[in-house]
Amino acid sequence: MSKININKSWKYDEALESTSHINLKDKYNLFIDGEFVKPLSKKYFKTINPATNESISEIAEANEKDVDLAVKSARKAFKSWSKLYPKERAKYIFRIARMIQERAKEFAVIESLDGGKPIRESRDIDIPLAANHFFYYAGWADKLEYAFPNKVPKPLGVAGQIIPWNFPLLMAAWKIAPAIACGNTVVLKPAETTSLTALKLAELIKDSGLPKGVVNIVTGAGKTGAAIVNHPDINKIAFTGSTEVGKLIERSLAGIEKKTTLELGGKGANIIFEDAAIDQAVEGIVNAIFFNQGHVCCAGSRLFIQASVADTVIEKLKDRISTLIVGDPLDKNTDIGAINSVEQLNTIEKYIEIGRKEGGEIYQTECSLPKKGNWCPPTLFLNVSQSHTIVKEEIFGPVLAIQTFRTIDEVIEKANNSPFGLSAGVWTEKGSKVFKLTKELNAGVVWANTYNKFDPCSPFGGFKESGMGREGGLHGLKSYIKFE
Amino acid sequence: MSRIDVLKTYKIFIGGKFPRTESGRFFHVKNKKGDLLANMCLSSRKDFRNAVVVARNLQKSWENTTALNKGQILYRIAEMLEGRKSQFISELLLTGSSKSLAKKEVEQSIDRLIYYAGWSDKFQQIFSSVNPVASNHFNFSSPQAVGVVSVIAPNKFPLLGLISVVAPVIVGGNSCVVLSSEENPMISISFAEVLNTSDVPHGVVNILTGKREELIPHFASHMDVNSIIYCGDNKEEIKSIEQLSVENLKRVKIYKRKKWDDKQSQSPYFIEKCQEIKTTWHPTQV
Amino acid sequence: MNLPDLSKIPKIDKLGVIERTNRFCKRSIKNSAKEMGLHLSLSMIDLTTLDGKDTPEKVRQLCYKARHLHDSMEGLPNVAAVCVYPTFVSVATKELEGSGINVASVSTAFPSGQSTLEVKISDTKFAIDQGADEVDMVISRGKFLSGEYNFVFDEIATVKEVCGKAHLKVILETGELDTLDNVRKASKISMHAGADFIKTSTGKISPAATMPVTYVMLLAIKDYYKKTGIKIGMKPAGGISTSKQSLQYLVMLKETLGDDWMNKDLFRFGASRLANDILMQLQKKKSGFYQSLDYFSKD
Repeated sequence: MSKININKSWKYDEALESTSHINLKDKYNLFIDGEFVKPLSKKYFKTINPATNESISEIAEANEKDVDLAVKSARKAFKSWSKLYPKERAKYIFRIARMIQERAKEFAVIESLDGGKPIRESRDIDIPLAANHFFYYAGWADKLEYAFPNKVPKPLGVAGQIIPWNFPLLMAAWKIAPAIACGNTVVLKPAETTSLTALKLAELIKDSGLPKGVVNIVTGAGKTGAAIVNHPDINKIAFTGSTEVGKLIERSLAGIEKKTTLELGGKGANIIFEDAAIDQAVEGIVNAIFFNQGHVCCAGSRLFIQASVADTVIEKLKDRISTLIVGDPLDKNTDIGAINSVEQLNTIEKYIEIGRKEGGEIYQTECSLPKKGNWCPPTLFLNVSQSHTIVKEEIFGPVLAIQTFRTIDEVIEKANNSPFGLSAGVWTEKGSKVFKLTKELNAGVVWANTYNKFDPCSPFGGFKESGMGREGGLHGLKSYIKFE
Repeated sequence: MSRIDVLKTYKIFIGGKFPRTESGRFFHVKNKKGDLLANMCLSSRKDFRNAVVVARNLQKSWENTTALNKGQILYRIAEMLEGRKSQFISELLLTGSSKSLAKKEVEQSIDRLIYYAGWSDKFQQIFSSVNPVASNHFNFSSPQAVGVVSVIAPNKFPLLGLISVVAPVIVGGNSCVVLSSEENPMISISFAEVLNTSDVPHGVVNILTGKREELIPHFASHMDVNSIIYCGDNKEEIKSIEQLSVENLKRVKIYKRKKWDDKQSQSPYFIEKCQEIKTTWHPTQV
Repeated sequence: MNLPDLSKIPKIDKLGVIERTNRFCKRSIKNSAKEMGLHLSLSMIDLTTLDGKDTPEKVRQLCYKARHLHDSMEGLPNVAAVCVYPTFVSVATKELEGSGINVASVSTAFPSGQSTLEVKISDTKFAIDQGADEVDMVISRGKFLSGEYNFVFDEIATVKEVCGKAHLKVILETGELDTLDNVRKASKISMHAGADFIKTSTGKISPAATMPVTYVMLLAIKDYYKKTGIKIGMKPAGGISTSKQSLQYLVMLKETLGDDWMNKDLFRFGASRLANDILMQLQKKKSGFYQSLDYFSKD
């Protein structure tokens, strides 16, 4: 077959997003009780631009005492916040949504700078979705009694929330918006490699006039997170991150009455049938695994192609990924940005090595990578099976494991053959097949003829070891209320 | 000469069969006066393991049974129980219940089955949603059975408690393995006989008798069990269940309620406890 | 030649197509890439006049414009062709002699295609005899939508035979084909029947060229190339009037078919207003001032 030639003559020039309008401080303190305060720990750590590995700013590291202050502030605020007229609560949250929209570009640039994701994604996906999430839950604040027939919903109290580095502002929105809409107050900890947009959100929240202490943001790494999880005056823990840490949290909370929701890892099966819209399915494969450098818990990292179209799909996929541009996250043409941290790059490279050793056939595009920073080209592994490590374990990078299948029952069995159950994709133009698959797949989100779509009103969350509880939509409210 | 009564041998209930425990062990159940009522099977971890295998094999086909059919099967259980009302009342009397309480418990048990039979094809409508996403997709969320559920049934209300916990589990398409009331296990096995004659597919409900202390660790740690329901308020047991369940992130549901005969003892929210919400997306443009 | 197996045509998911074409539009084309893209776009234009009120004089003016896009600007390429009704082919041929600019003629009872095969053949013959280098025919959409694919196929094959050495562009008139699945099907029929180019529209029906429609046709071309090794050209026509749009189409072309298609032998824009917009952009680049159409000749 004849190959398609890309990158021979007409190349796109650099198209960098301007950084002139963003405003970053050299040092960021903790946001407690409506003020930025120096950490009692007196410690700060550097936040790094993963595209250059240069320091952007210094971030306070909260210790147990700092966390305790934050919880106290949240507890104090809870008394009045939970009693505020719900429609007034709503107005504050609507206001936050609007202010994010106003400052969207600034947030987008900082998100890409601090986290390495392409500016196209932070601009078109992360930031708008974060604003929409606040807008959506704002509207729920004074309508909660309609969400739970025959029950009287009440807020839980203080929620401790720990979020990951892959969608920093969006995850903050997913956590904060429903919590405060339901009348809770929060102590939120962003991931240590991506604290900046949460801290910018803190500035914005301060500007918005939200009562002091309703939202507290404490920065730090695992120890700070543990201090939140183990704090006795927290009523609820919401965690998004790895299954490993999720289990640690659950273990330490055994026997303690704290409500938890967990959004954990995944190993999404993306299934292409022979009667799929093949070219759009190929787009779906790309979107499923290369979106956000593959740093997506619901990434379609296990691809199943029906044998009769496997060669065609793989050839088209190879053509397609040759057009992907890996590079500076701030370049508007970048498709795949920087790997979030050196540690994560090491993990991904370790898995690629394991994939090779276990006999997988590797295919990587020949794209030029910048000299400085953390990069990983789009990577395919062919000829792998269910027992390969790279098929079983979550890699959290742009690495796709490709298998073929022959029958519907076979692919359902293989897709469900995992301790995870977060997401799945199905590609077929036959309606009955869509419904058969979406019904049988054990996954909290099933995308049929699309992949990696998110919306504030669409519940998200996993089966089995991918988590407990839902975020988003009506079902997401349940994580932040109790019944009288 | 007066006739000698035939005593009943109480066995356990796995996959629609009534085997003895593989361990060959037993424990005494006595009435208040101390008379021996029965030698109950002291079920072992292997009995539990066997029951989980059966429950797993059966679960998908039970879940895929139409909601209408599941409702009718639950209704059928109620019919069977109604027909054997006097037997169940006298069994409760045997274990120390008063006549009026025994009658009330059996009647409420029947009514509770009918209550959940009626929810069979309705709870999905209560807990589902069509989500108006801001793109050209049709998007909906609906509940789906969590899978295999292990159940530590309430000690009090040996019949009503068990039915109040098990009915919402199975009407939601789950299969289950139940440890019956430790204090008062006999009636659970009589109830198994009702289940066995009421079109419930074999393996949907499996009932073991035995000791909480011995079986809880296995009920909580089994990697092929998706959720565990614990009825009781023993802090140590709860902690141990929560710790062991972490291994496969089993969904832990704790019912601390002491009563199962009040208004709050039934609602579709009991069904929802053993459901996962699945969200499906599909484009709408042609 | 026979009608290809139409059961094996890949299905199209419209939303997926739209999402993909939106992504092309997100590419930011700046500096030298923009300048190169604009020059390339100019060289791919089929400058077109296809009105009932056309006269030899109007065609002569258009040909002059084709040869002198903007004389004050150096280093501009010529457009690819001038596209006219068969009756004006001789005028255009004379005007463009020695310029390297092709003369393209519409034919086959353009734009409706509602006529007998005999008329369509003689229409085409006439254009060829008058000196047309390229022929833009229309397919019989009514027959296509009625499922008479053999009819459509045979018609194209017959016209192709009449064309001889002249290049045949087959207009699908996608605005009348209802679905993208039909666009894909019509593309396949046309290529198998002998089209050198496939073209979206006559310009007489709205919508004319759109990015989703063009993208689907490019995918069809790609599949055909992968199967046969034959490179078929693509011509979106109608509705492309800004330089920004032309760059978006070029991005789509590059990322779908690759650099081999990035020339006037395999890609054309059927457009009349596009040239001046590109000229304004180029002039702006040179002078730094935003431009007015009053300074660019409208022919």
